[in-house]
Amino acid sequence: MVAKTPSSEATGEEAPGAQQKIRVLIAKPGLDGHDRGAKIIARALRDAGMEVIYTGLHQTPEMIAEAALQEDVDAIGLSILSGAHMALFPRIMGELRKRGLSDLLVYAGGIIPDDDIPAVKEMGIAAVFGPGTPMEEAVRFVREHVTARHAQSEEEQ
Amino acid sequence: MSAPVSAQASATSLIAALVERLIQGDRAAASRLMTVVENRRAGYREALRLITPHTGRAHLLGITGPPGAGKSTLVNKLIECYRAEGKTIGVVAVDPTSAVSGGAILGDRIRMLGFYQDPGVFVRSMASRGQLGGLSAATADVARVMDALGRDVVIIETVGVGQDEVSIAGLADTTLLVEVPGMGDDVQAIKAGVLEIADLLIINKADREGADRLANHLKSAMRLVPYLQGAWVPPIIKTIAAEGTGVSAVAEAIARHQAYLNENGHLDEKRRARLRVEVLERARDLTLRHLIASLQQKGALDHLLDDLASHKLDPATAAHALVERIGVRE
Repeated sequence: MVAKTPSSEATGEEAPGAQQKIRVLIAKPGLDGHDRGAKIIARALRDAGMEVIYTGLHQTPEMIAEAALQEDVDAIGLSILSGAHMALFPRIMGELRKRGLSDLLVYAGGIIPDDDIPAVKEMGIAAVFGPGTPMEEAVRFVREHVTARHAQSEEEQ
Repeated sequence: MSAPVSAQASATSLIAALVERLIQGDRAAASRLMTVVENRRAGYREALRLITPHTGRAHLLGITGPPGAGKSTLVNKLIECYRAEGKTIGVVAVDPTSAVSGGAILGDRIRMLGFYQDPGVFVRSMASRGQLGGLSAATADVARVMDALGRDVVIIETVGVGQDEVSIAGLADTTLLVEVPGMGDDVQAIKAGVLEIADLLIINKADREGADRLANHLKSAMRLVPYLQGAWVPPIIKTIAAEGTGVSAVAEAIARHQAYLNENGHLDEKRRARLRVEVLERARDLTLRHLIASLQQKGALDHLLDDLASHKLDPATAAHALVERIGVRE
């Protein structure tokens, strides 16, 4: 948004950034029924001061994109263990584009073979966090990228 | 500091464009405007100014009660009822912010996922953020955006565990208090002060032991509230929301309350009272923020801390000295 204006300083209210929380959607696309990892990352993001919208298991690409739109999130974390990422990720990105959300930060976690990572990134997934990634790394990634995006959109307007 | 006039102007036109799209029913614009008003970002007052003429049409339904009472499940079933009647729905679901980290996990959506392909249902999650008086104002503003989006019914769902739900319940035209059996004695139901603002009392999970006892407790607690002749007396309705039992009775009671509100100017009266409280609350917040900012700016408090710490000065006198310095006199 816009940089500070004199009026905002005088009234002390329209303070850009002051109450700007990072909002993240954690979603589990597809059919695998295991959301421990998703819950752990949701909790880690919350503990880092972010607002996490958690939508549970078995999300379709349409559900994920619609939730992202209605919740106006800054980032989407996709947790996937089923191996269906090559089929599901392009559909998710397509549904996001359909709703004008192609500039959202989307990253993935779970089981994604190294061989698939270049193709996954090609789809617009910004990062892939495999098993054993320290929580802090994923949290830092979200914070840094979303903050950069916030700053960028301030400049643009 | 040079005034970024052009930036301000472009923010204004950006907001105007968003509101224009909102009025046309654009969900993405609605969502972005909710972020603007919730965060009180630049342009939020402009947004509210432009939105307000398009509000007042929706029926505002407040649902509050303890965690796990089944509020989201009940909301989900009520949405089904209203969608069958062709009414469009907006849901504002408020979950608590962690006092430790300032973060939150917002999970109410999980129970309303069935409507993701239905453009007639818009669900927005909010964290309570624990800000001074800010929650009720932010919630009211997000509900206003839903209203301007043209939703027939706007449902505001909040966890009721402290004082917050009293002011939040005050945001709605019709307020439902959801209780469950086995959550403590009858004093629990009275002490939160929510009984007075409830228009419907729901006993959910009514198949559990203690439902009748809770109903009796609520009945006797209500006898302590004086109801004027002809005034609305909150019905007590038992539900098992997860199975849909009693939900149509709830919808009927809401409709009856709405009809009551529409008679004899009750709705106008209720909304006026609400607006009065809201404006005063906002004015109080603004004043406080102003005051605290200017107090901190002058470093006046730091100056007094030495005397306070060495017991030469008492806190009451210090507070007086502080506000006198910025021109406030009793």
